[in-house]
Amino acid sequence: MNTCDPRHPAAEHNLGSQTIIEITDLRTQFGDTLVHENLNLHINAGEIVSLVGGSGSGKTVLLRQMLGLNQPTAGTVRVFGEDINRISSEDLQALRTRWGMLFQHGALFSALTVFDNVAQPLRELRVLPKDVVRDVVLLKLQMAGIGPEHARKMPADLSGGMIKRVALARALALDPDLVFLDEPTAGLDPHASESFVDLIRELHDEMKLTVIMVTHDLDTLFALSSRVAVLADKHIIAYCAPDKVVEFKHPFIETFFRGERGQRAFEALPEPSERKEDA
Amino acid sequence: MLYGSVRDAFLFLTYTCRMPTLDAPSLAFSQDGHHTVTATGAWHVQALMPAQTMADIKLALKSAGTTDAQHWDLSQIDSMDYIGAQLLWNAWGRQRPAQLTLAPQHEDFFRRFEETGMLDMRKAPQKHWYSLDVMLQRKIALADHILGFIALIGQLVIDLGRFLRLPQRGPWKEISANIFHTGYQALGITALVGFLIGIVLSYLSAQQLHQFGGDIFLVNILGMAVIRELGPLLAAILVAGRSGSAITAQLGVMRVTEELDAMLVMGLPHGFRLILPKVIALAISMPLLVVWTDAMALIGGMVAANVELGLTYKYFLRELPDAVPLANYWIGLGKGVVFGGLIALVACHFGLRIKPNTESLGAGTTISVVTAITVVILADAVFAIIFTGVGF
Repeated sequence: MNTCDPRHPAAEHNLGSQTIIEITDLRTQFGDTLVHENLNLHINAGEIVSLVGGSGSGKTVLLRQMLGLNQPTAGTVRVFGEDINRISSEDLQALRTRWGMLFQHGALFSALTVFDNVAQPLRELRVLPKDVVRDVVLLKLQMAGIGPEHARKMPADLSGGMIKRVALARALALDPDLVFLDEPTAGLDPHASESFVDLIRELHDEMKLTVIMVTHDLDTLFALSSRVAVLADKHIIAYCAPDKVVEFKHPFIETFFRGERGQRAFEALPEPSERKEDA
Repeated sequence: MLYGSVRDAFLFLTYTCRMPTLDAPSLAFSQDGHHTVTATGAWHVQALMPAQTMADIKLALKSAGTTDAQHWDLSQIDSMDYIGAQLLWNAWGRQRPAQLTLAPQHEDFFRRFEETGMLDMRKAPQKHWYSLDVMLQRKIALADHILGFIALIGQLVIDLGRFLRLPQRGPWKEISANIFHTGYQALGITALVGFLIGIVLSYLSAQQLHQFGGDIFLVNILGMAVIRELGPLLAAILVAGRSGSAITAQLGVMRVTEELDAMLVMGLPHGFRLILPKVIALAISMPLLVVWTDAMALIGGMVAANVELGLTYKYFLRELPDAVPLANYWIGLGKGVVFGGLIALVACHFGLRIKPNTESLGAGTTISVVTAITVVILADAVFAIIFTGVGF
């Protein structure tokens, strides 16, 4: 299955030659537990990549390593061509204005209003005039589907879906090139998660984002991803388009994707003998 | 502006994937015939970050706004994002200038601004501190605290009754754990502070007494002050700062993480399982800490007296029982019990009222410690009034 090699993502569209994230021979170890070994992944600019894997397979750890929050035991993680663990602090600071992260539970600053939460990264630059900050914040909130009437509310007064939208607006405040989403639709009802998926797709097109998300939600995965990276056996076993990934022969992929095949669009797959819920 | 599908978008969008070297954005004015403002460089937040660039741009935009020339040529801009576009948009007075040349890939920004229109937040209602509404609110908040505290004491009495009726089903483990945390772990700090205060008090008194030749009365002064007043008060203030804040923060975080609700759902009442053990534990460990602090302060005083006045340890210890009637010791212990219970109650009261946000947690812990210390000193004054004639 050469088409699913994580090191050489096949160019399926005109773009796809520029690498935005490059993970080489990554190894992660906590005490005696080996989480990742020989993990390689090259992600091209403009993709929407879904990272899937069983619980405890180290998806979130991998995401945090891309953000420089966790250090790998060995191997390199390059983001925008820079080794994230060897970068100078000024470059890291500059790099941090070029990505945004949507945390699973929003991670909004609970002591600040919605407006101040989104304004925080803009004010941190200390150069933008007040009226520009105000307009940019309200525009970003509007783009994320939050009207200006909610801008003075506190995070504690918001519903789960609204928290995600505000957190997304905050992640996008600085017009990043790269956005990380940790379980973007977890905890949302089907309607809310569908509209959130539409929102991410619209913003991806409009703001020329590269999106990397961890998700368990197959609907989100198939609706959004241009590629799927499957993390199992401590490394990325397959990295290619969703319709190719489901054909990949691996026990994890068979239980993960084919368990719920009845609802999917591409059902030319043999019925697995044992039906299991997704891992 | 929204493309049909993700795939289509790839065909004509450009993505950046290296740390680029961005040309600083700038404006150029040409005065030949029709006034043209030409924008060049990257109108991108990363390029705008240097303070000098931003100052230049602000100045240029301002002067561009004053000339009524107004043919804007943005076609030579390398790259743009919403923040750069917003800068221009605001300089134009939030509308499209009459004559505008624009690269097609930057059209979306301004179309989005036009579609969205002017967004306005509701103004937060400003209230003056002297308005009737605010004062009433404050009075209501105070009444609420007082009622809440009374209800807490009432609940404690009910729980205590339940505990005494069925002591074998009481929260023994919680009580013992709390005694360990609030009592045993506070031994070090109370010993240190008590010892040092004893030294200070002894030195100060010794100097004064020496002038009048009343050296031997040092034992009386030190004994009375430490055993009746300072020992219990010192221990209480230290415990209020140490354990009071810990209790408030613990209950506050339990509120934030919904552990309090989980307990209620499982049928574990807060009063019986959280508050009662803390109150009982502090009511037990505080008098013990008082004895400990008393002893340490007296040892400190004794050492200082030996150095300063040459009073022997033997003399000091022999004189102490005569100088300080036993009643003072019992008053000190009683204070310990009352102070301990009050600190636990105040800490629990504020802990249960913390709202699920970080600011409330900080503010609640602060006010809990301040209130606990104030309440302890108030209670001390009440003790002083009640026991005026006792123990002299």
